[in-house]
Amino acid sequence: MAKYLLLKHYRGAPAAVNDVPMDRWTPEEIAAHMRYMRDFAARLEGTGEFVDSQALAPEGTFVRYDGAGRPPVTDGPFAETKDLIAGWMVIDVDSYERAIELAGELSAAPGAGGEPIHEWLEVRPFLTAPPTITQ
Amino acid sequence: MTSQVNEVLLRSLTPSVLGILVRRGADFAAAEDAVQDALVEAVRVWPAGPPRDPKGWLVTVAWRRFLDAARADAARRRREDLVDEEPAPGPAPAVDDTLQLYFLCAHPSLTPASAVALTLRAVGGLTTRQIAQAYLVPEATMAQRISRAKRTVSGVRFDQPGDVATVLRVLYLVFNEGYSGDVDLAAEAIRLTRQLAAAIDHPEVAGLLALMLLHHARRATRTTPDGSLVPLAEQDRGRWDTKSITEGVEILQAALARDRLGEFQAQAAIAALHADAPTAEETDWVQIVEWYDELARLTDSPVVRLNRAVAVGEADGPRAGLAALAALDASLPRHAAVAAYLHERDGDLVTAARLYAEAAHKAPNLAERDHLTRQAARLNARRCR
Repeated sequence: MAKYLLLKHYRGAPAAVNDVPMDRWTPEEIAAHMRYMRDFAARLEGTGEFVDSQALAPEGTFVRYDGAGRPPVTDGPFAETKDLIAGWMVIDVDSYERAIELAGELSAAPGAGGEPIHEWLEVRPFLTAPPTITQ
Repeated sequence: MTSQVNEVLLRSLTPSVLGILVRRGADFAAAEDAVQDALVEAVRVWPAGPPRDPKGWLVTVAWRRFLDAARADAARRRREDLVDEEPAPGPAPAVDDTLQLYFLCAHPSLTPASAVALTLRAVGGLTTRQIAQAYLVPEATMAQRISRAKRTVSGVRFDQPGDVATVLRVLYLVFNEGYSGDVDLAAEAIRLTRQLAAAIDHPEVAGLLALMLLHHARRATRTTPDGSLVPLAEQDRGRWDTKSITEGVEILQAALARDRLGEFQAQAAIAALHADAPTAEETDWVQIVEWYDELARLTDSPVVRLNRAVAVGEADGPRAGLAALAALDASLPRHAAVAAYLHERDGDLVTAARLYAEAAHKAPNLAERDHLTRQAARLNARRCR
C-alpha cells in the first residue's frame, strides 16, 4: 500500500509524442479527452485505488513574508518559469510497478486526431507514516 | 440517561456472529453487510436498553437484515428464480468460525491492501469510514476495495482451513503501517492477534502477539510530543509499559519452549532482549546478533542482514559492523543510514555527516527524514566549531 502522485506538467516535462495544443483540437476530441479522464478516475475508484484528482490554473502568484507587520510581497506570474504543474492524480496502490502501469494508461488519453497524447507524466511516491517495527 | 456502548466489546463479537450467519447458509458478502448493519443498530439502541444476550441480539438483528436484503434482491430479479429464503443447515463446524474468517479475509487471492481492509471490517467490525480514515483514502474508494475483496473470496469454501502465515502477514501490516486517525491501528492489531491466538494454538501466532506487545510497550517513548523520532538508545526506559513487556515475554517464552521457531518468534526475541536491558549500554548485543543469524536463516531477508550489521557494530565494534555492511547491496532501504551510524561510531564524522544527508534524501517517511537531517546537521555543526 503506497500512495503516488501522478503529476501532469504544462511545461517542464519532455515533449509529448502527439504534441498538439488543446486549443487546436476539435470539440469532439476535447470531449473524448475529458471523458477518458473521468472514466479513468471512475475505474480507479472501482478498483479501490483512487485518492484524489485536481487540476490547476496555469497562472500562479509567488508570495513571501516581508517582515513583521508588513503585508506579504507578491510577484509573478513568471512567463519564463521552466516547470509548470497542470494538475495531478493521487493513487493508492500495492506496488511501484502498478503506479507505473496506471501512469502509462493515463498518458494514453486521446488528443488531436483521437490518437493517444503519449504525454510524459511524473510519478512521485508519497512519504509514509513511520513504521512501528524497524529493528 | 444513556450509557456509552463498549465498542471494542461489541466489535469483538463480530467474527462469531458473522460465522453463524455464514453457517446458516448466507453468502459471505451479504452476511458481512448484515452484520455491519446490526453493529450500527447496536450502537444506536443499546445505550437505552442493553440486551441480556448481546451476541444473540446481534445474530437475530443481522439475520433479519440479511433476509430483508435477500428479499429485496429477489424482488429486483423478479424474472429469475427466487432465492431460497429459509436457511439451509450449514455444515457442522469442523474449524472454529472466527478462525475461518481470518483465513478468508487473508486469502492469498487478495492483495495485501484488500486483505487488510477486509480483515479490519469483517473480523474487526470497523466501519468503512474508519478504515478509510486510517489509510487516508476516500470512503468511496475504501468501500470499493472492500466489496471487490468480498467478491474475490466469494467462491472460497468456508470450511477449509487456510494458511496461518498469510493471516499473520496481514495482522503485521495492520500493526506496522497506517496512520493514527480515529482508530488506533496498533491496538486493533493486538486485539485481533490476541483473538486469533485464542482460536488457534500456534507458536508463530504467539510470536507475533509477543512482538506487537513488546514494541507497543515502547510506543510512548518512540517520539517526542512534537513528533520527532527518538532512537532506541535514547528512549526513556522508565516510561516503557512494563505490564505489556511482561506479558510479551511470557507469551514468547511459552512459544519458544515448543521448539518450533519462526520469524516472528525470532523478531520478538530481539525485541525482548532490548526490553530486558535496564540501560542501552547493558543491551546483550551478542545474543541479539545470534538471533539475527537465526532470523536470516529463516527469512533470507536483506533487511534482516542490514539490521544484523547494526547489531554486529554494537557487539564487535563499528569496524566489524562496517565489514558486515560491505557485503550488502548499497541500494537497500536505510543502507546509508546504517552506514552513517557506523562511521560516526568509528569516529569518521565527515563520512558520517555526508551519509546521514544522503540517507535523509532517501528516507521513506517524514519523521525519519527529519531525524536523519538533524543527525547530519549535528555532525556538521560539531565540525565547524
